Amino acid sequence: MVETPPAPGRPAAPGNIFRCAWAVVGKDLAAEWRSKELLGAMLVFALLVILVFNFALELDLPVRQAVTPGVLWVTFAFAGTLGLNRSWAVEREGGAWEGLLLAPVDRSAVYLGKALGSFLFMVILEALVLPIYSALYTVDLFQPGLLIVVLLGSIGYISLGTLLAALAIQTRTRDVLLPILLFPVVLPVLISAVNASAGFLSAAPMDQIWPWLNLLIACDVIFTSAAYLLFEYVVEE
Amino acid sequence: MIREKESAGRLALAGAAALLLVAALGMVFGYAPREAVMGDVQRIFYFHVSSAWVGMLSFVVAAVSGGLYLSRRERYWDMVEISAVEIGIVFGLIAILSGSIWARPVWNTWWTWDPRLVTTSVMELVYAAYLLLRQGLEDPERRARFGAVYSIVGVLTVPITFLSIRFLRSIHPVVIGSGVVGALGGFAMTSKMLETFLVSLLAFTVLYAALLVYRVRLALRGGRLEERRSALFSE
Repeated sequence: MVETPPAPGRPAAPGNIFRCAWAVVGKDLAAEWRSKELLGAMLVFALLVILVFNFALELDLPVRQAVTPGVLWVTFAFAGTLGLNRSWAVEREGGAWEGLLLAPVDRSAVYLGKALGSFLFMVILEALVLPIYSALYTVDLFQPGLLIVVLLGSIGYISLGTLLAALAIQTRTRDVLLPILLFPVVLPVLISAVNASAGFLSAAPMDQIWPWLNLLIACDVIFTSAAYLLFEYVVEE
Repeated sequence: MIREKESAGRLALAGAAALLLVAALGMVFGYAPREAVMGDVQRIFYFHVSSAWVGMLSFVVAAVSGGLYLSRRERYWDMVEISAVEIGIVFGLIAILSGSIWARPVWNTWWTWDPRLVTTSVMELVYAAYLLLRQGLEDPERRARFGAVYSIVGVLTVPITFLSIRFLRSIHPVVIGSGVVGALGGFAMTSKMLETFLVSLLAFTVLYAALLVYRVRLALRGGRLEERRSALFSE
């Protein structure tokens, strides 16, 4: 296609952006509700990862406590890439990609919608994985602190992941490239999330956990803003 | 239309880099004193830190070029960016390897999961991912645009990675900055050491500038070749 600078169409009024984003989320959720492909795949993949960890590490009782945050976040990170890849891949089929880009709204609104959709899928996955992990390994994961960390960590992961997945899907190597691009740059989120989770699980005093929570929140803010601003450069056509 | 700089300045830069490197080498082995505790192996420090500095500087140069490309859309900035990444990845590797060689006798290990080491490794991985990203794209405009976006993402996240690991204990010597030599293998710099270090730092920075300038020229020529080739085939 002839290269033209991005046409934002309508001026970016806040109401407009959110309405558009919400429409994108609705579309993704509706499509997923009908097929249930993505969630099924993510769930099975996550369970397999947990199973592999069971054999890779000797998860006897004392080790479990120490290793649970790491195992959980590695599981989420890997299953998350499935969701991110799929989220953009479906748009490439059937010309939906061009349709999204031709829509007379700010491109960043599309990013917001996609990110929100991916975030919701990741939360649903986590809501399924946490009880299963809890039951399999007799670790109580239903502490409010831990659940908040899981949500915050997912925000950071998905915000960068949505941007980089949109990038990766347009290359020759497609899906394969997403983990390579994403994992080095999403490390601060993973590090803070794992350490904050570990703090909550071992019932450490709050002043030990706060630095990690603060870092996690800072990362979420920085990464989401950066991704939101950079997205339009990724989808110029 | 791609411009090309004249060659006199380039040659002068290369000459200066060569002279400074010879001077630095001479100072490292002739002028700088032998360190009391570690002995001669400490001399790696002068080139190790200089390489690390250049690796990180290049990372920032790449991101700034990326930002300039996105705002101005001049191919020149894309050339500077890819050159900075290629050179940076090499200097980063030199820093990691030289540090490892230094660490073996001093810390009795080849590697440790300390903030600075991990951050440098992450930076190298971001560099490598960047190269893989460019490799997977055929359209030069897209390559430039995506590369710019990724280098900006990288420069935002790597410092934060460093800060996040810093919360954990560090055994990497803190020579410059806080002055608290709490880590194993730390040492206080005498004035002779400081002079040698500054000369090494300058030498490596000038070397980096010379390499960058020549690499950009190579990239510009490559760009012109590509232009002519596509003009030829589109007839």
